Amino acid sequence: MPAQKDKWFSPLVFLLFCACSIPRGGSASLQQELSPQHYFSGLEAGKTSLAFFTPGVSPGGQPFLEQIESSAEALQDYGISVVKVNCPKEDVSRYCGKENALRKAFLFRGTRLIREFPTDALFDVNSIVANVLFALLFNEVKYVETLADLENIENVLKGKSNMVFAYVPATGTAEHRAVMEAAFVYGTMHQFVLTTEAALLKATSHDDPDVSSAWLSFFHCQQATAPAQPCRRTALAQPLTLLNIHRHLKLMGAPLVTEVAEDPEKISTVHLQLGLPLVFILSHQETYEADRRTAEFVAWQLLGKAGVALLSRDLVDLNVLHRSNIALKTPEEGMPIQYLVLEDTDEVITLVEDRNKVKQIQEDEQEEEEEDEDEKENNNQDIQDDQVVEAVARDKKRELPLEQIRVLTEENFHSSLSEAAQTVVLFYASWEAVSLAVLRSYCEVPAHLKGTSGVLLSRVNCWDWPGLCSQENVTQFPSMRIYKEGQQSVTYDGMWAAEELSSFILLSQVSCPLKLATMDEAEGYLRGEFPSELSSQHHPSLLGVFSTATSEAREAFEEAGNILSGHVRMGMYFEDDALALSQKYSVSPPALLLARSGGRSVEGITLSKHSVQDMVQRIRYELLDIFPEITVPNLPQYLQLGKPFLILFSAGDISQVESKEMLKLAKRRSQQAFVACWLNLEKTPVGHGILRMYFSTTPSLPVLLWVNLHAGGQVFKFPSEQSITEVNILLWLEKLQAGLEIPSSTLSEEDWKPPLPAYDFLQMMEPPGAELSPRPGDTAAQRPPQSPAGDTARGDPASREEPARESTAQDVGSLGRDLRGTAPRLAARDKQGKRHSEL
Amino acid sequence: ALLGLALCAVSGAAFLYRDYCVIGAGPAGLQAAYFLQRAGRDYIVFERSHAPGSFFALYPRHRKLISINKQYTGKSNSEFNLRHDWNSLLSHDRRLLFRHYSRDFFPNADTMVRYLEDFASLLKLRVQYNTAIIHVTLEKNEQAWNGHYFLLTDQDRKNYKCSCLLVAAGTWVPNVVNFPGSEYVEGYETVSINPEDFAGQTVLILGRGNSAFETAENILGVTNFIHMVSRSRVRLSWATHYVGDLRAINNGLLDTYQLKSLDGLLEGDLEDLAIVKDKKGKLHITLRFYLENRNVSAGIDSITLPQDELDNFATRAPYDRVIRCLGWKFDFSIYNRSLKMMPGKGNVKKYPQIKPSYESKGTRGLFVLGTASHSVDFRKSAGGFIHGFRYTTRAVHRLLENRHHGVPWPSTVYPITQLTNSIIKRVNEASGLYQMFSVLADIILLRENATAFEYLEEYPIGVLAELEMQTGRKAHSGLFVIIMEYGRNFSGADKDVFYYNRAVGEAQHAWQSNFLHPVIYYYKSLPTEREMRQRPPEWPVPRPAAIHHIVEDFLTDWTAPNAHILPLRRFLENCLGTDLRHFFAESCFLFAFTHQKLPPSCQQGYMRMQGLVGSRELRHHAVQAGLLQDYTPTDSGGDRPPDSHDGSEEQLMTDHGIPVRPLQHLVNAKDE
Repeated sequence: MPAQKDKWFSPLVFLLFCACSIPRGGSASLQQELSPQHYFSGLEAGKTSLAFFTPGVSPGGQPFLEQIESSAEALQDYGISVVKVNCPKEDVSRYCGKENALRKAFLFRGTRLIREFPTDALFDVNSIVANVLFALLFNEVKYVETLADLENIENVLKGKSNMVFAYVPATGTAEHRAVMEAAFVYGTMHQFVLTTEAALLKATSHDDPDVSSAWLSFFHCQQATAPAQPCRRTALAQPLTLLNIHRHLKLMGAPLVTEVAEDPEKISTVHLQLGLPLVFILSHQETYEADRRTAEFVAWQLLGKAGVALLSRDLVDLNVLHRSNIALKTPEEGMPIQYLVLEDTDEVITLVEDRNKVKQIQEDEQEEEEEDEDEKENNNQDIQDDQVVEAVARDKKRELPLEQIRVLTEENFHSSLSEAAQTVVLFYASWEAVSLAVLRSYCEVPAHLKGTSGVLLSRVNCWDWPGLCSQENVTQFPSMRIYKEGQQSVTYDGMWAAEELSSFILLSQVSCPLKLATMDEAEGYLRGEFPSELSSQHHPSLLGVFSTATSEAREAFEEAGNILSGHVRMGMYFEDDALALSQKYSVSPPALLLARSGGRSVEGITLSKHSVQDMVQRIRYELLDIFPEITVPNLPQYLQLGKPFLILFSAGDISQVESKEMLKLAKRRSQQAFVACWLNLEKTPVGHGILRMYFSTTPSLPVLLWVNLHAGGQVFKFPSEQSITEVNILLWLEKLQAGLEIPSSTLSEEDWKPPLPAYDFLQMMEPPGAELSPRPGDTAAQRPPQSPAGDTARGDPASREEPARESTAQDVGSLGRDLRGTAPRLAARDKQGKRHSEL
Repeated sequence: ALLGLALCAVSGAAFLYRDYCVIGAGPAGLQAAYFLQRAGRDYIVFERSHAPGSFFALYPRHRKLISINKQYTGKSNSEFNLRHDWNSLLSHDRRLLFRHYSRDFFPNADTMVRYLEDFASLLKLRVQYNTAIIHVTLEKNEQAWNGHYFLLTDQDRKNYKCSCLLVAAGTWVPNVVNFPGSEYVEGYETVSINPEDFAGQTVLILGRGNSAFETAENILGVTNFIHMVSRSRVRLSWATHYVGDLRAINNGLLDTYQLKSLDGLLEGDLEDLAIVKDKKGKLHITLRFYLENRNVSAGIDSITLPQDELDNFATRAPYDRVIRCLGWKFDFSIYNRSLKMMPGKGNVKKYPQIKPSYESKGTRGLFVLGTASHSVDFRKSAGGFIHGFRYTTRAVHRLLENRHHGVPWPSTVYPITQLTNSIIKRVNEASGLYQMFSVLADIILLRENATAFEYLEEYPIGVLAELEMQTGRKAHSGLFVIIMEYGRNFSGADKDVFYYNRAVGEAQHAWQSNFLHPVIYYYKSLPTEREMRQRPPEWPVPRPAAIHHIVEDFLTDWTAPNAHILPLRRFLENCLGTDLRHFFAESCFLFAFTHQKLPPSCQQGYMRMQGLVGSRELRHHAVQAGLLQDYTPTDSGGDRPPDSHDGSEEQLMTDHGIPVRPLQHLVNAKDE
């Protein structure tokens, strides 16, 4: 990543640089072109000029000349003119005659030559400006090499004037230029000291400074009185630019503490103008001296970070708490002044510094966010956005408790099937995420089946045994089958969760439907007396009652039992007295008897349609609750009805009153038109997500909603001020039907589009412009739009990252051809075109 | 076996009739017989020898097969293992795997003969031995499947009549070059294989194929030196990625040539050659050019030798023996002109001309199988070798089942949610795709609305345009073509296949992959014949609407969730315009209440009561990854797994992009 940044960065700088310098270079008016005589005669005393000499014929394109030309405007600001002197051919004078003089620039003050610069010191505008000013400000800017030199200057200055000490890693840099430009302005006010010695920087600093970056410090020597004491220093915390130095010097020049006697709202100081906060120390007459000392102390701490003012409360009528001792005014316009009560000075300092930090972080974050957004456009493609795949990937190091699940192979598959009464086989692929997710649930099944005998849990990895899987006709993974000796295997078609899997396995142990032999058994079954394998399940039980005459219906029922096996507890009674049994529940065979909640209520249903499909559908329908609690596993059953939902979202269990009212409503004839149900947010927390989507915040609970899941997708909210009663709801529903209510939300109609784009390899292989257009005819001479792979890559940014590879391939290619030429030839003459038979 | 027998009396001659006649009981003929037998077809195989695989009874002369017989791959996947078993034929009988016959990595040819015998007998294939078909002609008949019957005559003038002729006769006629003095040349077929016969001799070998190098390898240690001459440079199979080129197991002579141990390799046109025998019986090389205006009978002394003019002529030393190892060609002689069995052009002239469907260009109903069908992929893929043509033979059988018996190409229909899986499964294990790269392709035909698709395996892509007619399947709504390919500019006799950075590691550069890797082409509609003809050179199929390369993999294991499966899913999603992500049941539940439409995985799973509930750990991981929202009130920390304190740290590590940079170089480990 850093490397990439550099890549981006340098062309950017270059561009910026060009953008700034080209127009300057273009304004050639700044730079005069003169003959040597003309130039020397025109030199005025006190005027500075930078001259360079070129032979009559301008060589043009010399990089240094271009740089000098572009620095002309910058130097003009400091009263330095840049002059190009054209040497006539025959001129052999001092400046024109010598060959090497042409590779130098000369700085004159008046007619006096101050410095000559080799052109390699003038490589860009920064170095030109820095070096020229450095030469001019020889007195203003002292160059030091040792700590002793620095201390000498410091001692001399004490009590007289302040000092600006700058370290630059090298001369001619942008930082050097900034320091020199600052010295040009402030050189008479403060003593500037410059060094390039890293050792010196280290010696003057307490902690280990980074010697690769420039550094500037303000030495408060003017106020220093004790000769033994070094001057106080305030370092510039920002990068060394002219603007930052200027700002720093301005702040150092401002009074340490400003005494004010005005409303703080009206006060403005240099700090505020420079975007720094201003801290007011609220003073009282009786504590003035202490407050003043506090203010000075704080001011030193905050020097360069904030201004400090001493505000006398006695002189200004402030409408704030009497206890308040600090006020903070920020440079942002419209921000009210904060009045605070602080315990000690540290708090004041933290207050300011934290604020600056926050600001800095915010700025950084903004930058980062921008970068992030850039990256998002390109790079999110390779970040996993499939919740199942990612979850499995994050879980892959966990060892699964698979010891109770036998591994089946092509070799032991068939022999294992005969070992137990019932063999459960999970077919899966070890590389596939959904398979692995299901395997994790499957691992939990043995715990659910504890105490059950005759069930063998096993698994087949179809990646290891594709032959076995295709032989068993497993085309999709995962797939769970139950094999019983002598019977067709049953494929599981329910939810992939341990509870559901276990329940299916348990129910599958007993044949479905279970044939009941006597009336007693049948009645016992309805009361909830089952074989032990079935007893633990809380499903309703279903008993099919058939007279001997209704064999068609009975066969259909048995077939339906096969289909519903594992999901429904089904019994069947078809003895002679079946009629008597069914009449107890006022139906006649063929009929279904449905026993809910352990046989406390038995419902008789006459079967009118006798096809298997109808029977399955009927049974499924009858098993649905009238007023169900919607959960993640059972929702699809109710969605299949294709009706709108009248759903009550409840924080926990619903109250008895509401339950009763809703049940009454559900039992009405009109319930055919919708599904009345409720949702327990405690049990099904994802319900919060639904409510958030509907209302953006969770409304007060319980909340009753009408959701048109299948048509239109409108969501209506039952008025919260009304109580949930059958009558109120019916009235509300009437209004809904009449279109008198406004939906609170509408379900998104959006299609499920690809979440992110794919790599456009086609475009990479054939950059636009190289489109393959259909050509008339097709001759052998047809040329590819470009030679394949390696050559095509040249236009593509991706391939630029691999220059080594490309060039190697090409070099080798040509090398190979050469080699062929040098191979010993059998025949002296080359025959072209004619080829003998295949070799 | 006699049930299908029919006797037809035509112009006095008795004909034995079969729907299918197969010529040759070599690997291809037996493979075809196996499929015909399994399909319950009326067929017979004619074999001139008394046993199957007569070519292998003789060749290779030095008895070492160069097809690998890998015993171990570390995997039990039988389909995958066939990728590294180049000798077995396809069958349902697990006994008939070559590794049960030989433990040698390069087995002996006798083992192949024994294997083929077992294959024919264990599977009870109907082979008529000792029957050499010496003539084939056509009999026009409008009722016949192809408008004509094939009439075959054997060496005893017995006649046979068939509706469909499968030619699996191989290429067994030795290639011979005629030049002055070629009578002094010994043939590979008969030359001694006893190295002692070559002791102290100087030998010239004509040819630079595997038979030439195999011959040289055998006598390398006892000769004075061996020179090898051929028209073009040697082609090393590891550089060309073509198994028919010179294999490393035979290339000992390259070593001794390059180390200047007297042996040598030369390039030159054999038709320029002339051999002159001197009085001592030594053979001198000269050029036909010098002989043209000479009276040969004038004797050796009057003939100019190249060294007379060019005294450093390379082959100026006389030879004791010259051996011809120039390979074989197809026997065109038995086919009547009406069958138009024409030799191919250029470097495939040893093979008969056939279409990419393996049907003869001249005669409908005549299919060429096995080695003789190699013109389709000569010097490219493996169609001339057992491990390749066992699959093309199956493809031909499937085409015939559809054409003559109305049995469409076998296919499986899956819901669209299985799309990524079905491709990943095949590219990771399928052997036919792998061996017959760039020739056989898996085809995915999309059903309307892209809710389901049909998967067809190993279809010959050369006849992609005819897919509907050839398979009986319909391509209404777009299709994917899955092919394995090498990098387009990677293979070649003069290519450096070991250059630095030859392997691509990152999915985004997958299109530059060099080693064999899966490529998926997407078409909105079936390409036409015209588009097939005008496809770009080097492309196996026309320019698609979109293309995807799965990045090459060092282990040829393309199951990495992020590098392989994720980019593939994005490609498929963008082709179909849908979202193919998997969702936990809880997400589907939320979508069901908040969206009018559901993503395919919820529609086809959860809504059909087959939602993926996911264990608590998994849902927790998904929440941590920010891909699933946890709606349980946060204050109840009780249901967090015990390791949740590691959670934040883990998240920090994983949330900042999955690839861990310091490991990046390992992705490209192949380079070093």
